[in-house]
Amino acid sequence: MARINDVGGLQGFGPIDTADDTEPFHADWEARVFALNSALIAGKVYNLDEFRDAIESMAPADYLAASYYERWFFAIRTLLERKGVIEAGELDV
Amino acid sequence: MTGGHTDADISRRVRRLETLLEDRGIVAGAALDETLDAFLSGASPANGARVVARAWTDADFRTRLLADGTSAVAELGLSAGGVQPQRLRVVENTPDTHNVVVCTLCSCYPVRLLGPSPSWYKSEAYRSRVVREPRAVLEEFGVRLPDATRITVWDSTSETRYMVLPMRPSGTSHLDEPALARLVPRNALIGTAVL
Repeated sequence: MARINDVGGLQGFGPIDTADDTEPFHADWEARVFALNSALIAGKVYNLDEFRDAIESMAPADYLAASYYERWFFAIRTLLERKGVIEAGELDV
Repeated sequence: MTGGHTDADISRRVRRLETLLEDRGIVAGAALDETLDAFLSGASPANGARVVARAWTDADFRTRLLADGTSAVAELGLSAGGVQPQRLRVVENTPDTHNVVVCTLCSCYPVRLLGPSPSWYKSEAYRSRVVREPRAVLEEFGVRLPDATRITVWDSTSETRYMVLPMRPSGTSHLDEPALARLVPRNALIGTAVL
């Protein structure tokens, strides 16, 4: 079954925001999420395929509601919880 | 799109995660800063532009680039980039054919050659539509191609990244390689701009 990330050819997403073109990160936390993911892959806590799979396994409604780096953060948390590095709810204090 | 969390919420959670991982000895804050600096300084569309200018001025290099992009850019000390090694395929625009690159599944992209990817490249709108109606999408970028021009859309994968080799503009025979490189904007390397 196709996963929600497989959007090629789907209709209904509207025009492209071609003006959103230059900033790699829109907030500091996005840059930290990017760096954390690089470090966790480099440190072999998980690999790139696991990371990609964690994003692609998101519930469709959650995937579509999330921004690009919110998806990354979701995937990082999912994998760290699965591997017992952090516990569920540990970030919500 | 901002999703269910406010920026302050997610910002706090990210900081909390970073602290936990540092306390547990899994990542080091200084290493994260280095990773970011290296990413932002090593990944630039100037790299891709340098490859294009070399291909325009060195026919043998151009042949090698189109046959095996990975090896050819390695001659210039470059790679597609990313956290795992990837193959680079360079696709050439001609008077009859225009190429455009997408990653329909997510955001695969030769980051070292093109710099950090623009947000629109990662958007559902671009990913979904460019494979269905490339001509309409290109018009949103201000690119109008002759009806007779064939458009080929390349869908990136986790193993293969693509870069477009644009056509050399006419009237540039007097320019040297660095001057030619300055003519090449990032979107020309994706295929959403023409020179």
